[in-house]
Amino acid sequence: MRDTVMESAQDCIASILTARSLGFAAGGQVLLQGIDVDIAKGKRTLIMGANGAGKSLFLRLLHGLLPPSFGTVRWHGERPAKRAQAMVFQRPVMLRRSVIANLRFALRVQGLGWRAREAGAREALEMAHLTEKARQPARLLSGGEQQRLAVARALVCDPEILFLDEPTSSLDPASTQMIEDLVNAAHARGVTVVMVTHDQGQARRMGDSVIFLHAGRLAEEGPRDQVLDAPRSEAARAWMAGRLYTRNDF
Amino acid sequence: MAEAFGLILRWDRELSVIVMLSLQVTLSAVALACLIGLPLGALVGAFRFPGRGVITVLLNALMGLPPVVVGLFVYLMLSAAGPLGVLGLLYTPTAMIIAQTILVTPIIAALTKQVVEDLHGEYAEQFASFGVTARTRVAALLWDARYSLLTVALAGFGRAVAEVGAVLIVGGNINHVTRVMTTTIALETSKGNLQLALALGVLLLGLAVVVNAGVMALRVSAVRAAYA
Amino acid sequence: MLRRHLLSLALGTVLAFGAGTARAQEFILVQSTTSTQNSGLFDHILPIFQEKTGIEVRVVAVGTGQAIKNAENGDGDVLFVHAKAAEEKFVAEGHGVSRADVMYNDFVIVGPADDPAGVAGMNDVVAALSKIAEAQAPFASRGDDSGTNKAELRLWKMAGIDVQAASGGWYRETGSGMGATLNTGTGMNAYILTDRATWIAFGNKGDYRIAVEGDAKMFNQYGIILVNPEKHGHVKAEAGQAFIDWVLSDQGQAAIADFKVDGQQLFFPNAGG
Repeated sequence: MRDTVMESAQDCIASILTARSLGFAAGGQVLLQGIDVDIAKGKRTLIMGANGAGKSLFLRLLHGLLPPSFGTVRWHGERPAKRAQAMVFQRPVMLRRSVIANLRFALRVQGLGWRAREAGAREALEMAHLTEKARQPARLLSGGEQQRLAVARALVCDPEILFLDEPTSSLDPASTQMIEDLVNAAHARGVTVVMVTHDQGQARRMGDSVIFLHAGRLAEEGPRDQVLDAPRSEAARAWMAGRLYTRNDF
Repeated sequence: MAEAFGLILRWDRELSVIVMLSLQVTLSAVALACLIGLPLGALVGAFRFPGRGVITVLLNALMGLPPVVVGLFVYLMLSAAGPLGVLGLLYTPTAMIIAQTILVTPIIAALTKQVVEDLHGEYAEQFASFGVTARTRVAALLWDARYSLLTVALAGFGRAVAEVGAVLIVGGNINHVTRVMTTTIALETSKGNLQLALALGVLLLGLAVVVNAGVMALRVSAVRAAYA
Repeated sequence: MLRRHLLSLALGTVLAFGAGTARAQEFILVQSTTSTQNSGLFDHILPIFQEKTGIEVRVVAVGTGQAIKNAENGDGDVLFVHAKAAEEKFVAEGHGVSRADVMYNDFVIVGPADDPAGVAGMNDVVAALSKIAEAQAPFASRGDDSGTNKAELRLWKMAGIDVQAASGGWYRETGSGMGATLNTGTGMNAYILTDRATWIAFGNKGDYRIAVEGDAKMFNQYGIILVNPEKHGHVKAEAGQAFIDWVLSDQGQAAIADFKVDGQQLFFPNAGG
């Protein structure tokens, strides 16, 4: 017990989030196991890997949406629940309300008063270039607009960490660009970004460091250029080269 | 036949009193049932807890409650010889509202549970990510499902407005006091005035059509706005 | 907002009713029978009484059996029914103060025009029932423990016929009120014992006619009883007694005699007789 406390105290110096021996099992199957990573504060960490590698699951464990079956996730050495964090899902979940009401809802959950909610919502609309559409039903926006609203809605929560689960996987290049701009602007303000992506180009544009998962395990992690250009693991090498890699006994 | 419908069309004061009372009793009962059934259904739909399955089965079973049984139960409660006799509510519109509320609440709650459960399936992760409180969760689900819940309330309205067994027993079908459309239909049938009874039935149907059409119109505009 | 609206609607309505009840003028509740209600007698006499005294009379019209049960529970101030034996038992058990004769009407047996049992025109009811049983012609009984039902069973007993043995065969118990039994009975071509008042006011006669009438055994006595306030403290004894006194008075009796449907007098006052 004392050892873990000491260990996490040390990790805290550079990292905002630490996973230790993290694993998850469901329905008798181990889906994720033995993951030790540190998420650097103020950096953009990308989670990559093939379909089914456990990326989304890993992101949910980090965010605290799911309780780990094994190991721990610590935020400054504490449990992540109820921390200043927000998540953008692959398919945006729009409340059945107007665009601005979606933002107001997120602000109200933060416990803000009416005046602060209105100001925050207006600011977020402008940031996401959605001011014109404030009164429209959110579910009638285009896919790109919905995802912009989702990012803006996550950012009005004023998170220390912003999690994104393949936010641009179904968007056209222009929409993708706008999402990346929003995320980069948040990063510039000091928000830590943790994002799952398939897109190597996006990884080069956005990533400070990369965590590469394969078959529920950590294949490798490191600075972006190292993982993308000179991967040490066979799994990452295969994936970067566009080959199917099925071994999971590494 | 024409004569019977003529009676309806002439729309005398007598008839309007009956129609208004029908609407008052049924709308009050549906409103009360919504007050109880919406939060109850939302709680069962949005949370997992021990006993949830039992409550669900119970609510679904109670949807089939025979009105006469509800009427009898409320009569025994409100009768001067019953535990609530001192309130003096038997043979008043209030008693009819109570009976219909009991009849309709399980329907509202069970259908609300279904609607809210489906919506929650969609919202659950986003809500968990926001870290919303239980209270906000229920309120937001009910609000966002409001147009679907209008249909739920309609189902309750349909059951209550067409029901005769319960209001006959606890209301007593007293002229100008507790006589509503369904008890009038029953009375006219027993008097052998079948055509008048049928004409009243058509009027009741018309009323239900108007209410349903109004709500559907609301829903259609909601669907267009992707709110339903 | 929707919920808040619903809330105010519900509370508003409930309060409106509450206030309405509180503001309403004095009223009494009379447990009575479908025959008096359906014939229209109450619609004729109650406004006269209300005009004179300002007391509103609310009538719950059910079968005599249920009316007596309800009154035993204390759900009513006055009992106005037609089953003398049961009424006397009601008083003897302390549920009612005392019983007084009010009026009578008579029962008739109605039947289809083709008259399968050949009883049309008879005025000996016992003989007519025997003929119906012999022919095994369908007979619809109320079977609901009402005053009419009790009177009918008494007549079968006089004829020495065990109708229970034929139950489900030619003897059919509808288990419902007079009107419903007339609707059902005419639908299956059955003879039906009904009070004359309900029959005359009945609107769905089809080809039915009165087959048997005029036997003194078919007189149908109505009695009126104040529910015992010593047993049920909330009984409005004063207003209830005022109604009883009026019904038994010359003016009340005249009002009953005045009531006619299609020019026929339906109820014959005999208070104090």
